[in-house]
Order: sequence, then C-alpha cells, then structure tokens
Amino acid sequence: MLLLTCPNCGAECAETELAAGGEAHLKRFGPGSEDGDFTSYLFQRKNPKGVHFERWRHAFGCGKWFHAARCTVTLEVFGTYSAQTTEPPKEIVDKVKAKRPEWEGW
Amino acid sequence: MKRYSAFAVAKEAFSYHQGWERAWRSPEPKGRYDVVIIGAGGHGLATAYYLAKNHGLTNVAVLEKGWLGGGNTGRNTTIIRSNYLQPPSAAIYDLAHTLYENLSQKLNFNIMFSPRGVLMLAQTEHELRAWKRTAHANRLAGIKSELVDAERVKSLCPIINIDGPRYPVLGGLWQPRGGTARHDAVAWGYARAASDLGVDVIQQCEVTGIDVEGGKVTGAQTSRGAIGCDKLAIVVAGHSGELARMAGFRLPVESVPLQALVSEPIKPCMDIVVMANTVHGYMSQSDKGEMVIGGGSDGYNAFTQRGSFQHVEETVRALCETFPILSRLKMLRQWGGIVDMTGDRSPIIGKTPVEGIFINCGWGTGGFKSIPGSGWAMAATVARGAPDEIAGPFSLDRFAEGRMIDESVAAAVAH
Ligand SMILES: Cc1cc2nc3c(=O)[nH]c(=O)nc-3n(C[C@H](O)[C@H](O)[C@H](O)COP(=O)(O)OP(=O)(O)OC[C@H]3O[C@@H](n4cnc5c(N)ncnc54)[C@H](O)[C@@H]3O)c2cc1C
Ligand SMILES: [Zn+2]
Repeated sequence: MLLLTCPNCGAECAETELAAGGEAHLKRFGPGSEDGDFTSYLFQRKNPKGVHFERWRHAFGCGKWFHAARCTVTLEVFGTYSAQTTEPPKEIVDKVKAKRPEWEGW
Repeated sequence: MKRYSAFAVAKEAFSYHQGWERAWRSPEPKGRYDVVIIGAGGHGLATAYYLAKNHGLTNVAVLEKGWLGGGNTGRNTTIIRSNYLQPPSAAIYDLAHTLYENLSQKLNFNIMFSPRGVLMLAQTEHELRAWKRTAHANRLAGIKSELVDAERVKSLCPIINIDGPRYPVLGGLWQPRGGTARHDAVAWGYARAASDLGVDVIQQCEVTGIDVEGGKVTGAQTSRGAIGCDKLAIVVAGHSGELARMAGFRLPVESVPLQALVSEPIKPCMDIVVMANTVHGYMSQSDKGEMVIGGGSDGYNAFTQRGSFQHVEETVRALCETFPILSRLKMLRQWGGIVDMTGDRSPIIGKTPVEGIFINCGWGTGGFKSIPGSGWAMAATVARGAPDEIAGPFSLDRFAEGRMIDESVAAAVAH
C-alpha cells in the first residue's frame, strides 16, 4: 500500500485516505489561448514510466491538496510538498537525482 | 504451415506426435521492413495479420520486448460484447465481435470463443437508465442486446442475490451473443497465421528509440539492433506514453494498473458472464471451474503489474454481497495489467504528429473484445496511410476538435 505524508497536516496517510489528482504543474490555458496549448493542458500527459510529479488530495483528512514525487515503476515516494508552487522545489529534485542519477529532469 | 484438424491429430498419432512443427517462425530481425509494428499483443498481431491478409503487405515485423501476449492480452478477463453506446464504438466492437465468431476457422487455431452471453447488471437507478439508453442505441445500430428485469436476471444467473441491501439488482443489459475466448490463443492464432503469410514475429526485442528525420520516421532502435522502416505502428497499450516520448510527442493517455483474480476451481455454477459495474466487479467461470474475477483499476499512474491491495478487498467484498456463494471460496492468484486510459474511455487509432508513425492505443480496460476489429481497421489505416471508415472517428485529433466518443456511461468503466 502506498503511504504519503500530507505536508499540510503532517499525517502519514495510506492511499485509501487520499484521492489522486493526476499530473502536477500543468500550465493552465484558458479561453482565447492557442488551440495547441489548450489541448495540451486539457488532455496531453507525460505519463512517464519512472519519476512522476502528481497531485493528491488528503480527502479523508484535512481535505487539502498537495504534491508528491513518486516512481511509477517501484512506487517509491521521493517526497511530498506544498501544492502552492509551479515547479518541484529544489530539495525534492535533489532527492530524485540522488536516487535516479539517469533521470532526465522534470 | 501444417493445418490443424481432427484428421491431422489422428495422422500424427501414428508417429507419436513428433511431426508437429513450430506454430510460428522465430526469425532474426532484418535490417529493414516496409512496416514495423511495436508490441505483440492481440492488437499488434491482428494488425500484422490483416496487413498481410487484406492488403498484401508481408514485409512486416512485429517487435515484442517480452513474449507474445505477455501484456494485457494475456492478463485480461476475456469478456467479449459489442453493445456499446456510441455509433463509432458500436461499429468497431461489432466488427470485432462478428470476426470473433468464426476466427477459429479463419485462423485454423482454436481460440475457444464461447458465446455464453454477457449480462451487465444495473444496481442503481442511474445505471438502469443508462442501460435503457444503451439498449435503445443498440437497437438503432442493429446490435442485438436487450434490457431485462431483475427476475430475468435471477433466472439467467441463479447464484445472484438480487435483493441487496447495498446493491439491489434492478435489471440488466443482456447480450446473448457476448461471451469469452481464450486470451493467449487469440495472440497465438494471429501470430501463427501472420507468420505463415511471411510476417516476422520477433520476441525479446525491445524498442528503445525511434528515429525521426525531418518529421518522418526512418526506423527504430531496438535491443537487437537498428531496424529501418517506412511505416511504424505503435501498439503497446500501457507503454504508449513511453513510445510517444521516444518519437517526440505526447498522448492524452494515462497508464494505470487494472487487476484480476481467480478462485480455486469449483463445479459449474454460472454459465454466463456477469458484469457489475457499480461495484467494479465482473465474473465468469473458466472451463477449469475457477471463478475469473476482474476488479477495479488504481486511481494513479503506475507500471506495477499487480495493482493496489485494497482493490482486491473492495472487489471481493462487493461481489460477496451480489454472489453470496463466493464468501467461502479461496482465491488462488491475483495479477495486474497496465491499461492505457483516455478521457472519453475510447481508443485512439490513426496518424500521429510524425509522418509514417501510426498509433493504436487507449483501449484501457476493454480492448480484448475489439482485437479483430481493431487490427482490421488499423491495417487498413496503415496500408492506405489514412484512416478507413471504422478508424476515422477514433483519430488522435478528436481531442483537440472536441469529438469525444464518450463510453464511460454509468460507472466510468467499459470492459
Ligand atoms: C485485468 C484486466 C482485465 C481486462 N478485462 C478485459 C475484458 O474482460 N474484456 C476486454 O475486452 N478487455 C479487457 N481488458 C483490456 C484488454 O486486456 C486490453 O485492452 C488489450 O489486451 C490490449 O491489447 P494490446 O495488444 O493493445 O496490448 P498488450 O496486450 O498489452 O500488448 C502490448 C505489447 O507491447 C509490448 N511492448 C511494450 N513496450 C514495448 C517496447 N518498448 N518494445 C517492444 N514491445 C513493447 C508489451 O510487452 C506487450 O506485449 C482487461 C485488462 C486487464 C489488465
Ligand atoms: Zn492533510
């Protein structure tokens, strides 16, 4: 079972306590934007076999959103961090790099 | 190719069955092919077979990183039905269903197609209405499928508890023509027939890169060397995102584990397939007597071919209420496959942003039933360089154009 620590309330949660919210750090495009950008924001996903940055909600807890860096092959969690950011913080990127030297970057 | 028949079995008996030949060749990859297909699941192999059979293209290779049908094709619960809601789906799934009906004869390989009937339960008012709508749509599309009431459900499948309390059975959508087939046999049958027509089916050959020059594909890098090609077909289900990345584009697809389990074998007790979409459980009884149970998919991307443990519990708990006889059964095996989910729960077939690269993916939790139709349409699309009538609506650009083919219906699953 996947265990993630909610950075908002500090609880260590099993996946049954959480709701997965898909790829994190999508750049949002609204009405009036280029078709390509809008399509890409709405539908296209990286879906990597490896390091994935993703959104989670502590649904049966504090109710707040947060982000996690996780490996989709081993389910290893590199770390969780605040959702109030547009890119993964340096300490999370460093943790990933330390464990996956071959990683191409996010 | 030596044909399989009762006569051949009798004849081979005289020589102690030593004369049977290998079902398919195991060739070394050539340096170049007209068409390279990545992925020897049912869809890739069927595409190869119909390229050769319907379009006369035989300088074709199917590259598989593991073994034939080792992906979702060999991991699924083999439900075959064609009573889908939207007209484009009805067209492709019904083509597939119809081809399945005499596929054993066509391929000269027993795929054990068993049209025992598929019943989709309605366990909420919402679901009942959705099935009513589907039944009407099916009638318009000329697909035989009927709405049945709870009593009929009970007579079709006496081991169902229709009373609830949590999930009372209100009725169901019944397709008598639906059923199951032997999953591996579908892959093997297509591989054997394609190989016989000259297609190279190459196992243990992983594609690690895709060569694109000036916006056009020129070949693939593999664990067994570089292979050039004019056209490349990506047919890798859960790995579609990875292959698309190698070719330089992204897809509206996410990969999640979907799991299944089987029980110890018991005496025959259920002679149809039952799907309970509200509780994400579906079941049939195998010829060996095992109850074959399909469960839910994980809510997050992963490539672990096992799935989350709590889904086993959820599936079994819900099924025990609908099928009380299951409560004392021991489960023998559990496994997962990585399914490629699109937002509208419909597949993607057709061209990609790279010239010469075609894709067939997004079958998600329900693409075993479509293998013959998908291979048929994909082969036509690859051969002509443009989608045929069946594939047309499933093009990749439908997302940008807002032409969704919504098959998530009541419970967001479509097996
Ligand atoms: C548990 C479960 C239950 C299901 N139940 C049903 C059901 O009841 N009815 C139904 O209709 N459908 C069902 N499905 C869905 C169905 O199994 C799939 O949609 C279908 O099998 C997909 O076939 P495919 O040929 O596209 O993919 P696959 O069979 O997965 O084949 C893809 C192949 O590509 C290969 N590959 C991947 N990457 C590479 C690479 N880099 N190089 C070379 N080869 C590569 C893989 O090894 C694999 O063999 C179920 C799926 C699962 C997991
Ligand atoms: Zn919390």
